Amino acid sequence: MEKRTDKNSYTILFAIGMVIVVGSLLAYAASALKGKIDENKRIEKQQNILYAMGVNENEEASVEFVSKDKVENEFSKYVKKQLVIQGDKITEDDKAYLIDVKKEKTLAKEDSYQRRLPLFIGDKEGLTFYVVPIRGKGLWDAIWAYVALDKDMVVLGVYFDHAGETPGLGANIKQRFFMDDFIGEHVFSNGSFKGINVVKGNADPLNKDKTDNEVDAITGSTITGDGVTAMLRSELKLYVPYFKTLK
Amino acid sequence: MAEVVEQEKVAKAPKEPLFSKKNRKLVTDPLTDNNPITIQVLGICSALAITAELKASIVMAIAVLFVLGVGNVVISLMRNIIPSKIRIIVQLVVVATLVIIVDLVLKAFAYELSKTLSVFVGLIITNCIIMGRFEAFALANGPWKAFLDGIGNSFGYGVILIIVGFFRELLGSGTLLGFPVLGNPIAGEKTGLYALGYENNGFMLLAPMALIVLGIVIWIQRSRNEALIEEN
Repeated sequence: MEKRTDKNSYTILFAIGMVIVVGSLLAYAASALKGKIDENKRIEKQQNILYAMGVNENEEASVEFVSKDKVENEFSKYVKKQLVIQGDKITEDDKAYLIDVKKEKTLAKEDSYQRRLPLFIGDKEGLTFYVVPIRGKGLWDAIWAYVALDKDMVVLGVYFDHAGETPGLGANIKQRFFMDDFIGEHVFSNGSFKGINVVKGNADPLNKDKTDNEVDAITGSTITGDGVTAMLRSELKLYVPYFKTLK
Repeated sequence: MAEVVEQEKVAKAPKEPLFSKKNRKLVTDPLTDNNPITIQVLGICSALAITAELKASIVMAIAVLFVLGVGNVVISLMRNIIPSKIRIIVQLVVVATLVIIVDLVLKAFAYELSKTLSVFVGLIITNCIIMGRFEAFALANGPWKAFLDGIGNSFGYGVILIIVGFFRELLGSGTLLGFPVLGNPIAGEKTGLYALGYENNGFMLLAPMALIVLGIVIWIQRSRNEALIEEN
């Protein structure tokens, strides 16, 4: 005797029912939580920008952001100006940090679109920080960074993050030992734009030489490292015209 | 499939205590004699991918514990209405839904934790242990037994993950949970073991060494556990 659950009609009905139930459940969860998730992302952006400026609660070797309840105050205290650079046009916009770099990158693939480049000018202890958000590709997924530069494009601080690099390998780009290496590195070499290369077999493992445009790579994460190099080169280059105007 | 369900119902007629010997065995068996990784050799892909760090191993173990425990119960409750022709699809949908909902909730209420977990979402959905337990156990047993089975198997999985993660992080990076335990390896400022000429083995961080460490664990387990020693 055929069981009720073996019938084709039952199978199809079950499948339809399942899709409706699961679909509406997920849609409901996603829309109900969207506000909170967006708020978390916004706070994270502020924390990342502050981190690149050296405003953080780091201990010995850990990465600690400014706490959630303090971030809003600290952000308005240290970040003085937010700019949007679009071609030759520079406008001030205090929501510039909410610009989605990923979306801008996709839109910019069309020739008719001029990519909007956000830039945050911060001030800490008399020092001026120019923080730029950049984005690239790692081994598995996207990687992105906030780079704080001075007016000569010397790195004052960085914060790297990734969507899905291998834990223990590529994911280590967001560890202190990697990020701190970038501090003081020059992006220019003898007056021309060079970027910063993540290299293996670095002759300078302690990173004493800050003008060699090189930092030491992480063992076992060659492709993520190359992704960081490529991201820094192609994205920082876009900001060079702006930094030329500061001279 | 239908027959198995029928038989199970007949066999279960006298009421069993919650923690009967048989039920306890469901939890303890996968820890040793029937370990999902070392004996059934399931879930190897995730065991290789994420054990370069002890912390990642622990997070993954907890995530699988939750998904397998809850998923087994859900599948078990639905076992009599799931059409057998599309049961694998139904299992996949259940596990994917669970993982996505957990991910969304974490993103809203524990953002930091969700960032650590996001890497594992894909790995959990495709973990063969989860599909294996749904198919082999939850479809034929009641919710309580299925829950115990889920807990047992994810512990068995987690224990091996943590053992492999421990050795890989210790020998590969000289750290445990991110803390340096063997001294400072940076050239020029060497302390601890490194000052005596010890070097981290970078190969430990790559997937092939996970396989070798796992092989050694299986070897030790098989040579010590008499139940597992084969005649020939």
